[in-house]
Amino acid sequence: MSHRLSGNEAIAYAMKQIDPDVMGAFPITPSTEIPEYFAQYVANGEVNTEYVAVESEHSSMSVCIAAQAAGARAVCATSSCGLALMYELLYVAASCRLPISLVCVNRALSGPININHDYSDSMGGRDSGWIQIYAENNQEAYDNFIMAMPIGEHPNVRLPVMTCMDGFITSHAVENIELLETDVVRRFIGEYNPEHYLLKKENPLAVGPYDLSPYYMEHKVMQAEAMKAAKVRILEVAAKFEKISGRCYGLFEEYRMEDAELALVLMGSTAGTAKAAVDKLREDGVKAGLVKTRVFRPFPGQELARALAGTRAVAVMDKSEGFSANGGPLFAETRSALYDLKERPYLIDIVYGLGGRDVKVEDIEKVFGRLADIAVTGEIGPLYTHMGQRSKGGDR
Amino acid sequence: MSTVYNLKREVEKPVRLTGGHRLCAGCGAGVVVAGVLRALHKEDRAVVVNATSCLQVSTFMYPYTAYVDSYIHSAFENSAATCAGVEAAYNALQRRGKVEGNVKFITFAGDGGTYDIGFQSLSGAMERGHDMVYVCYDNEAYMNTGIQRSSSTPRFARTTTSPVGSVQPGKKQNKKDLTEILVAHHIPYVAQTAPLGNFRDLHIKSYNAIYTKGPCFLNVLAPCPRGWDYPMARLAEIIQLAVDTCVWPLYEVEEGVWRLTYIPKKKLPVEDFLRPQGRFRHMFQKGNEWMIEEAQRYVDEKWERLLERTGA
Repeated sequence: MSHRLSGNEAIAYAMKQIDPDVMGAFPITPSTEIPEYFAQYVANGEVNTEYVAVESEHSSMSVCIAAQAAGARAVCATSSCGLALMYELLYVAASCRLPISLVCVNRALSGPININHDYSDSMGGRDSGWIQIYAENNQEAYDNFIMAMPIGEHPNVRLPVMTCMDGFITSHAVENIELLETDVVRRFIGEYNPEHYLLKKENPLAVGPYDLSPYYMEHKVMQAEAMKAAKVRILEVAAKFEKISGRCYGLFEEYRMEDAELALVLMGSTAGTAKAAVDKLREDGVKAGLVKTRVFRPFPGQELARALAGTRAVAVMDKSEGFSANGGPLFAETRSALYDLKERPYLIDIVYGLGGRDVKVEDIEKVFGRLADIAVTGEIGPLYTHMGQRSKGGDR
Repeated sequence: MSTVYNLKREVEKPVRLTGGHRLCAGCGAGVVVAGVLRALHKEDRAVVVNATSCLQVSTFMYPYTAYVDSYIHSAFENSAATCAGVEAAYNALQRRGKVEGNVKFITFAGDGGTYDIGFQSLSGAMERGHDMVYVCYDNEAYMNTGIQRSSSTPRFARTTTSPVGSVQPGKKQNKKDLTEILVAHHIPYVAQTAPLGNFRDLHIKSYNAIYTKGPCFLNVLAPCPRGWDYPMARLAEIIQLAVDTCVWPLYEVEEGVWRLTYIPKKKLPVEDFLRPQGRFRHMFQKGNEWMIEEAQRYVDEKWERLLERTGA
């Protein structure tokens, strides 16, 4: 069925279709609408969910951890500082192997406080052991959330899943969207029947031990193996999802990459802008292409290297700073992935759009212009630059 | 509680906190936990929640758990929210017919995890009205990290972060009155207790807390031989002195009605409680008499106010 929904409304509707057991709810811009819409479903008796309106994001994640450990399906949504307040518990959720589903509506981190989009929040949680899947638009945000539980709950995986969408750009903009029928969603998700859980009568369970050096490393290796297994599972679930939706998803999307010589690697809604730029350049005969990162954790390093193997110059576009003084997080991962290629493309990093600064088709074209120069001269210039900022004392 | 308390009958119940845990000899925490869990009906299940604490690291060190019941520990400051999450899951799964039998939800956290870092989580869970029991085992400092002051540490107590020096008499501030703060949440049942004598007071209050619907709170004195610096064999005596000096009054507030549950036959001077403990040793040095006077005045004022409130 075709509808017009904002990203937040689409997520809330997906949650309603799934009817999770527990929701930890706490408001933070721009994710607030998700618990708002869902609260109305609860008030109308349309879901069975225990709606726990907590006093902080720290508690919403705590509630989710405990509920999932108890044998329930738990969901929550947050943004920015809310996710940052959860950081400690993101690690706990992953290490307890609890397939919680969290929607991160990406927003810049304080300080200074800013409510608009960048990825500094979820990038801060990238090493917490959560699967991270990013959406370009409302449709992908909805689809990714529907796929989250079948991915995370699989016995080989048992990891929490964070599905991310761009704050305001995706969360608040109303777009056409294809929704699945609720019974189709329910069949796709299936019942949650974990092997072990706190409320299981026959076999009590203890979760969250004090774990010293004789065992801690074994547990971490098991987690690492689960993250590797997640890559396989994500593709399996995507294949099944294609059967019910007709929509095809991979670890990343390759746009006009078949013969691309100049390519961008980026994520989220900027991909829409970048696709327009690629189309325009293709009309002018420029062999431009785009790789849109969808799955950031697990990071598809080998697959990405294959996708970029034939290119001559690549710009990674990071919408979060990282403060490594050596480029943003997407750049670090991509650059590392390309190391094993026999012939590597030239690679630069462009940090852009921090705190929601706009990026236009012309901005992307300029990046391609720089890549074209690099491909010709072999001189990359500065490895890592910021795009679209006013220079010190410059024009206002 | 409908039946008469009988210690022999209670201790003959199967234990829910088994021996072999790693708590120190002379520690109050283990006695408190065993005592609270003993109040559960034999046929009822429980999910026990811990904040990070001495208790947590001593009772669930992988791969051994001391608990017969299901158990979860997540972090230091979120044990109330954790308990709330388990209770929420229980409600949802029960509506779906996916969980059987009566399950009770009981959190244990130290004073650091309750008065300080877990305070917000506790307040939130109590306000939301989860059907759970939160037990603070109060040993009046961060003992797991090696005896640092908390907002529960009494005035003048020596800790590693409230040391005694030439210009500082140990901790400078009075103890936060957490029990009264919980009373102000207007929850169904709040009590202050201790593992005293034959454990009757602890048992009855635990039973009331567990079997009263809604959020209930117990603040239980749990001396620490390391932090309080007393010989481990004197645990029971120290508790008795805390109660008989009115430093730690035993009372309960049920649906807003205050009731004293123990009135000392003879109210002892506060120095009887202070003297056996190394953390107060400096108070007995020459020239520091004012400290004992201040401590006595503080206890007297609080006790008088409690007598007024309870109408005793």
